[in-house]
Amino acid sequence: MVRVVSLFLPSWPADRLRRQAGDAAPPAETPLVLIGHDGRRQVVRAADAAAMAAGARVGMPAAKARILVQGLVVRDHDPAADAQGLDRLALWALRRYAPIVAADPPDGLVIDSTGADHLHGGEEPMLAGLIDRLASSGVRARAAIADSWGAAHALARYAARPVLIAPLGHSGSVLTGLPLAALRLPADMVAALHVLGFERIGDLLAQPRAPLTLRFGPQLGRRIDQALGILSEPIVPIRPDELIEVRRNFAEPIGAAETIARHIGELVAQLCAGLEAEGLGAKRLDLICHRVDDRLQAVRVGVAMPVRDVKRLTRLLIDKIETIEPGFGIETLSLAATLAEPLAERQILTTMVDDGTPDVSDLVDTLVNRVGERSLYRAAPVATETPERSVLRIPAMAPDTGETWQGRWPRPSRLLASPEPIETLAALPDHPPVAFTWRGVRRRVRRADGPERIRGEWWRRDAELTAVRDYFRVEDDAGERYWIFRSGDGEDPNSGSQRWFLHGVFG
Amino acid sequence: MRHQPAIESLRAQIEKIEGQTRRVKSVLPFGIADIDARLPGGGLPLGALHEIAGGGNGAVDGAAAALFAAGIATRTKGKVLWVITRSDLFAPALAQAGLAPDRVIYVEAGNDKTVLACVEEGLRHGGLGAVVGEVARLDMTASRRLQLCAEGSGSIGLALRRWRRQSEAVDFGQPTAAATRWRVSVMPSAALPVPGVGRHRWLLELIRVRAGESADFEVEACDGSGRLAVPAELARGPASTAGWRRGAAG
Repeated sequence: MVRVVSLFLPSWPADRLRRQAGDAAPPAETPLVLIGHDGRRQVVRAADAAAMAAGARVGMPAAKARILVQGLVVRDHDPAADAQGLDRLALWALRRYAPIVAADPPDGLVIDSTGADHLHGGEEPMLAGLIDRLASSGVRARAAIADSWGAAHALARYAARPVLIAPLGHSGSVLTGLPLAALRLPADMVAALHVLGFERIGDLLAQPRAPLTLRFGPQLGRRIDQALGILSEPIVPIRPDELIEVRRNFAEPIGAAETIARHIGELVAQLCAGLEAEGLGAKRLDLICHRVDDRLQAVRVGVAMPVRDVKRLTRLLIDKIETIEPGFGIETLSLAATLAEPLAERQILTTMVDDGTPDVSDLVDTLVNRVGERSLYRAAPVATETPERSVLRIPAMAPDTGETWQGRWPRPSRLLASPEPIETLAALPDHPPVAFTWRGVRRRVRRADGPERIRGEWWRRDAELTAVRDYFRVEDDAGERYWIFRSGDGEDPNSGSQRWFLHGVFG
Repeated sequence: MRHQPAIESLRAQIEKIEGQTRRVKSVLPFGIADIDARLPGGGLPLGALHEIAGGGNGAVDGAAAALFAAGIATRTKGKVLWVITRSDLFAPALAQAGLAPDRVIYVEAGNDKTVLACVEEGLRHGGLGAVVGEVARLDMTASRRLQLCAEGSGSIGLALRRWRRQSEAVDFGQPTAAATRWRVSVMPSAALPVPGVGRHRWLLELIRVRAGESADFEVEACDGSGRLAVPAELARGPASTAGWRRGAAG
């Protein structure tokens, strides 16, 4: 199944201009329009959010916009620079998100995110992250993900607020409510369809295709089929000039996993030779398989440190072969190091001076490519008393911190995600309960240790200013040991609810 | 019971017949004579897969089993890969069992299949001291793969059996290729002269061991360096009696 992200930048020319001008740019709240020539008239080519809100529209005569909007800043429109900027943005997305990315001029990007979203925590976090990142650099954006470029393109422009995720395997149903303009048709064709009484895409889908084709030509049917995902629409991935890329065409399409593996091995060797000539090491490899049916299949692997080891890189790619669907065959394989960093030749340490700790970075790379970067981590201590905040996740290959948790109180080997309330029979404020009921089972407390008083972190939230937890380690008749606490000090209602919770299980 | 030359030579013959030219078999002793005597080679074999489960209520949370695994991992050399599906493992507790946070790389795998794949990858790598995988199901095929990977690299593999429900624990006991199989249940700690909880105590059941017999041990939980201990009252009494009896018989 293919998943395509379409990114829509509604005010790209204005945003790009502001970004480029930096400090010299008009402030964000000043309305800005870009004008260009339409024949002999000067018309608005692009407008930012403030100008749009004040009534400026694309295509409006410049003079009218000047009258309509107070304090309007007018600049010349530069479509070439916009396109260049869009290409740069596509490169950024290529480095960051997925191997197949292309600019979708004049105001968007298209990303084939098939099999790449899990590295960003799934489709929703990926899109949200994409929008946030762009917003933080001053670019307004909307994005949608769907099963085809056409559908994603339409949804990003007409339905995303600011993000929309079409369900996997959706049909035309997500498109029926959208206006005809969402189909990427020429404006005069849309106008002509309006004249005929068609308003929404759904109206067109219900029509027999032949009369429409007779009247409007093949383009209309093609656009509809592309939006429905019936007709494939290849994305030509952007490739920067300096990219080190090797490719191989096959006279006879290949499909067997072993054959693909063999060719991958040869491509990697070739690529590594190219990298060596430049003194670089690959941090990320993208393998793109061009199938005979015009579909692209991409495989992306990354490593934590630059690598130029043929065996290791081959292994990483071969691990991913099972994600490639060769379909009727692959006619071209292309392999590129989309992220490369200088790699100096290093002398391999001999066993005589080896400090005895084997290098596990290749294993970490293999696993990262399998489960995603977020799922591989080390724990580092945080200087806090609150148990649930005491563990910080750091990258698996981060340098050793040499630190560990302070404190001599025993900690449970299982910590519940959130403390669970327990029914207790407590005697005195400063004592642990004599019995409690957790998950329906009543337990009599035989022995107990505590209290360990943990105070709230007042610098985080006001509510924690007076908050207190009294932790006890308790053992029941059967010998099971639990970590329970009372929220509050047992007297002052401001310190907590005085209710008991179970927070962990000791081994 | 031990050091009978006939049995030793038979074992040597069997290993010869098995024909696997394994590297010099090294073991990781527990440092407790009672346990090590029960394990062929005098300790937990390295380069092998071991199964650990929690007993009783601990079958679901496996808190004691996890700590037992941490203790074993602590006593190996090198980094430790710990593959989990549910993220309720509390790293400070592992640190208290001697497993420094810098040594552990956690992998959060979505399901059992991914866990097994990651454990296999870790075992095959060979640069790790121990690989711990929390799995619910472990069949003969999967465990055999892990066992072979461990044999090839010399890393110790620990399959921490963990179920979502108590009822699933019946799965534990199906044949697997693991070299040893352990069950760790909690026991009441020893009474202290003052109010409080004493050093944690476990009932350690060695359910299965290749070329050996099963046994039960009562031990005190891992200390700060991952070592178990024999409870004081057991270390005296019965052990000395046994020595006396042996002396009298022989």
